[in-house]
Amino acid sequence: MIHHLWNDADGTFFPESALDYMPVANLREVQLQRLKAITALAYERVPLFRQRMDANGIKPADVKTLEDVRLLPFSTKADLRDTYPYGLFAVPMSEVVRLHASSGTTGKPIVVGYTEQDMEVWKQVIMRSLYAAGFTRGDIVSNMYGYGLFTGGLGLHAGLEAIGATVIPISGGNSERQIMVMKDFGVTGVCCTPSYFIHLIEIAQKMGIDFRRDLKVKRGVFGAEPWTNQMREYIENATGIQAYDIYGLSEIIGPGVGNECSCRQGPHIFEDHFLVEIVDPQTLAPVPDGQEGELVFTTLSKQAMPAIRYRTRDITALETQPCACGRTLRRIRRISRRSDDMFILRGVNVFPSQIETALLKTEASLPHYLIVLTRRSGLDQMEVRVEITAEMLRDRVGEMEQLQKRFARNIEQITGLHAEVTLAQPGSLPRSEGKAKRLLDQRNLTA
Amino acid sequence: MKIAQISVFLENRPGRLSALTRRLADAGVNLSTLMLSDNGEFGLLRLLTPDVAQALQTIQAAGYASTTTEVVALEVPDQPGGLANVLSVIEKAGRSVEYMYAFAERPGKAAIMVFRFDDMDQALGALQTAGIGIRTPVDLFAS
Repeated sequence: MIHHLWNDADGTFFPESALDYMPVANLREVQLQRLKAITALAYERVPLFRQRMDANGIKPADVKTLEDVRLLPFSTKADLRDTYPYGLFAVPMSEVVRLHASSGTTGKPIVVGYTEQDMEVWKQVIMRSLYAAGFTRGDIVSNMYGYGLFTGGLGLHAGLEAIGATVIPISGGNSERQIMVMKDFGVTGVCCTPSYFIHLIEIAQKMGIDFRRDLKVKRGVFGAEPWTNQMREYIENATGIQAYDIYGLSEIIGPGVGNECSCRQGPHIFEDHFLVEIVDPQTLAPVPDGQEGELVFTTLSKQAMPAIRYRTRDITALETQPCACGRTLRRIRRISRRSDDMFILRGVNVFPSQIETALLKTEASLPHYLIVLTRRSGLDQMEVRVEITAEMLRDRVGEMEQLQKRFARNIEQITGLHAEVTLAQPGSLPRSEGKAKRLLDQRNLTA
Repeated sequence: MKIAQISVFLENRPGRLSALTRRLADAGVNLSTLMLSDNGEFGLLRLLTPDVAQALQTIQAAGYASTTTEVVALEVPDQPGGLANVLSVIEKAGRSVEYMYAFAERPGKAAIMVFRFDDMDQALGALQTAGIGIRTPVDLFAS
């Protein structure tokens, strides 16, 4: 009777996605059984978790309800660095069939491992992600996430193959060739970071390629960095494709922790594998549903490297309204900022996404920008470099100065801080083929 | 009568202007005249060329932001009051000059100046009525 709900695309039944529609009571029961098992595993096999639980006088048997997850200690990226490379692994290396690593900003990367069963779970959640976004057999997909140590490329690759799509393992880079392949291979779907896709839109325009007229791309799953609704609107208006948010992080499993359905109201979290909490980033106390806070995950089925209350640094809120798609999985509000990205300027908390909102308020299209922080005679200064586009260009210097002032006024309105806006030539700011770099903090160098 | 002028955004940094002019030269674009208007931080390079399409294509392919604007090229008699005469026609028509610059030096003949008015059509009408020499693109670039 509920079978009619079990897909978004065209009426086909996808067995993997059936779990998305599990009755809530069953889902919570599955979560509780798995939470108990994973707590016991982490306590027995991972010294760091055992020490912390012992220090708090907590035993695995104390976890009797899902709320009892709050008794468990938090973990962070620093724990992964401190125990580099394998310190948080819960199985012998003979059971680890895959390693991935994410770039570390402070030298050493962090390493994550997968058992055979973990690989299967990862594939399953990516299949469910892709089905939710309307990908099916018959799609021809350019997977532009980097292949290699980064989880994006190989993670999406396995899921795409498993749903029967035709995968083009093109990886990132060489933007002109990406466009050529999309055109010549009849690509219908793409996977990459949203900022790289925006870069490709520019390249296509330069090459005289019109997405609607010359390409067959219908949909894309975009992730691996925070992005805003304005960026989604920009992508969709410029290309006519549907842009879906995929959420994930290597420490939890990689891409596929959650994905948007056709309603595109924030990613559904695959709760049967990932227990979600939202906490106040300062006090670490749980925040009420619907309120913003830091996203925290406990992996419920991961064998090689269970994560217990892992603090993601991503700021979001849990949506509790049932989704029109019929999935019982809760959604998180799309993540547009990270507590990491936040910078403090003259005592004010600022997120790069606020600057982006101000720029989009000024101009219809999204310009490339870079926030540069400096310290001049002891005082912190914010400069926002904005690349101008042909659409923004006016023939009079005075009008360009007006544009500069409008940018600065909107930034001040949204952040409450004065910013010096400088206009830059197109293409002069650094481009990323992975995660966009929006902030250059030079305050320590010039202090 | 109106002439297409290309305006290019340039940051005021060493080498920016020469890089652009080099690209145009490599593409075989002949620059008839150019004028740089800047505020110390950035500037607009305005240029006239007989090869507008080729110039635009080169500029865009090189990644610069550019736009085209209509201007007029007027004959200004090389004698005292020559320019004042032209300007008074514009003033009487209630229009104003947004900017102007010299086209080229040609000793002995009337000077040619390039004008951008706040309302191009109205200004052009007034200039025609007053009998001011207006250059077409063809004879401007042939001269």
